[in-house]
Amino acid sequence: MDSKSIKDLCKLACKIRIGVLESVFSAQSGHPGGSLSIADLLAYLYSKELKVDPKNPQNPNRDRLVLSKGHAAPALYSILAHMGFFQLEDLKTLRKLGSHLQGHPSMKSTPGVDMTTGSLGQGISAACGMALGAKLDNSNVRVYCILGDGEIEEGQVWEASMFASHYNLDNLCLFIDNNSLQIDGSIQEVAGLSNIPEKFSSFGFNVLEIDGHDFEQIEDAINKAKNCKSKPSAIIMKTNKGKCVSYMENNVSWHGAAPNKEQFDIAKKELVAALSKLED
Amino acid sequence: MSKLIKKATRESFGEALVEVAKSNDNIVVLDADLATATKTQIFKNAFPDRFFDCGISECNMIGVGAGLSTMGKIPFVASFAMFSAGRGFEQIRNSIAYPNLNVKIAGSHAGISVGEDGATHQCCEDIALMRSIPNMSILNPCDHYEMQEAVKYAATHKGPMYIRLGRLAIESVNNNDDYKFEFGKGIQLKDGKDITLISTGLPVKATLSAANLLKKDGIDARVINIHTIKPIDKDIILKAASETGQIFTIEEHNIIGGLGEAVCSVVCENHPTKVTRIGIDDQFGQSGPAAELLKHYKLDADGLYSTIKNNL
Ligand SMILES: Cc1ncc(C[n+]2csc(CCOP(=O)(O)OP(=O)(O)O)c2C)c(N)n1
Ligand SMILES: [Mg+2]
Repeated sequence: MDSKSIKDLCKLACKIRIGVLESVFSAQSGHPGGSLSIADLLAYLYSKELKVDPKNPQNPNRDRLVLSKGHAAPALYSILAHMGFFQLEDLKTLRKLGSHLQGHPSMKSTPGVDMTTGSLGQGISAACGMALGAKLDNSNVRVYCILGDGEIEEGQVWEASMFASHYNLDNLCLFIDNNSLQIDGSIQEVAGLSNIPEKFSSFGFNVLEIDGHDFEQIEDAINKAKNCKSKPSAIIMKTNKGKCVSYMENNVSWHGAAPNKEQFDIAKKELVAALSKLED
Repeated sequence: MSKLIKKATRESFGEALVEVAKSNDNIVVLDADLATATKTQIFKNAFPDRFFDCGISECNMIGVGAGLSTMGKIPFVASFAMFSAGRGFEQIRNSIAYPNLNVKIAGSHAGISVGEDGATHQCCEDIALMRSIPNMSILNPCDHYEMQEAVKYAATHKGPMYIRLGRLAIESVNNNDDYKFEFGKGIQLKDGKDITLISTGLPVKATLSAANLLKKDGIDARVINIHTIKPIDKDIILKAASETGQIFTIEEHNIIGGLGEAVCSVVCENHPTKVTRIGIDDQFGQSGPAAELLKHYKLDADGLYSTIKNNL
């Protein structure tokens, strides 16, 4: 990837993060930590990979993205707004009465949202159904699904994983946002969850391990996933929950808390400074 | 008159799926390792490329159905009522009903007539669960003919739908040539002026027999078959309430949350009338041959007759 592309992606990711902060601050509720950890991935997917059209969000031939960790909706809404699926100012209506931006993604409310999620463990099954549907139609549609590392404690994730490899859903690619934190603490403390790559590979996946904040690694992994035939892929991304907001980074207490005015100002200042540095 | 047919509605369901799939390429069927029992096996044999066994993972199956429907398919997902409606409740609510997706959920082996498998498999709560979910419709056909028509209708219906299937072979009720299935409409099987018996699913046949026993005692009972539990046919219920007074509801389900309460809501709000709910009286079932269980829980003709007589 050339340095201009990288820089553009960095800028877009920064803008996604600003949108996350602004919407969560405006709502005074929501989930900033896990939204910030997937901002880089979303920037890459929407600007480089997904075949989607903001002018025709229901195009049956579009690629699909299922945000199985639905609480990271602010990040999804932010990238959708930046791509032009709806107005940027809508972000400030997040979680407000009458807003099309529900607390968790709702496909019947928001243009560009492919699946209703929020109850952890369910999005991956729907993604499997989409991938199977695409296969039945011999279409080239690819299905991407983002899961939390805490989320994969749900049994349904492993039911779906078994299904995906049994039906050779090589048009399905999972991203595991391995930020090592959930709500009650680290995934290690809460559930003793370890060996995530081994788990997916023993369920029949093509497993790739990357740094989820490195665009070249994201690109490389997605290309490898696309070239892998007859197996679904799982890209395990090491990430930092709260990435790019100093006091939120790797801090479990920012899983589901909104910043107050003072905190918001600090975060915004940091992100705006990072953005203007990139724009120099 | 059509032939009298004695067949389990699960079998009629499996056969009807094959019929509707012949003219609609979008129909696909999913099961969770119970295809031989739910009879989706019949479909699997006819359309092996459109059948997907999900293994023993009902929650995932329901989600896969949701995803398939977003790609334009019409998935019928099947398991025992206990496991589709029961275990899959939250998946049905959040992944199918909330986004209003076009998935048909079949719950087979519903009620106590499952028989020997006992209480873990005798689901008498599925209607209550499904009734409480917005966007959900519920069909509970009472015989072979009604199931055939219900499946034909379901294939054209847009949106989430729950279809209840029985394990036990039952004699057909709707042998008349003018039988017509209309979604959301009850069917008056017998006119009467003294009381009304409103039934659904398997006990409809026994309800008709009970009405004949009551006739010998000079009680003229109207009999109504409700195949669509949600949305319920208010008109036929209110007409009965005003013309006959007392209503008895008869179902193979907990008296909490099922047909009985649906009927109560309609009459309470519009034409207060005494309703006696007959069904499984808020208890778990047990093992035994289906016919003996139906007798034990007083859902056979004699049991219904005596309960109705005692509550007039
Ligand atoms: C089925 C279900 N149980 C519980 C919750 C509440 N919940 C929301 S987020 C969360 C923790 C998720 O952790 P993880 O998947 O690691 O997400 P991330 O760290 O990326 O934010 C929980 C328990 C839920 N949304 N769904
Ligand atoms: Mg996490």
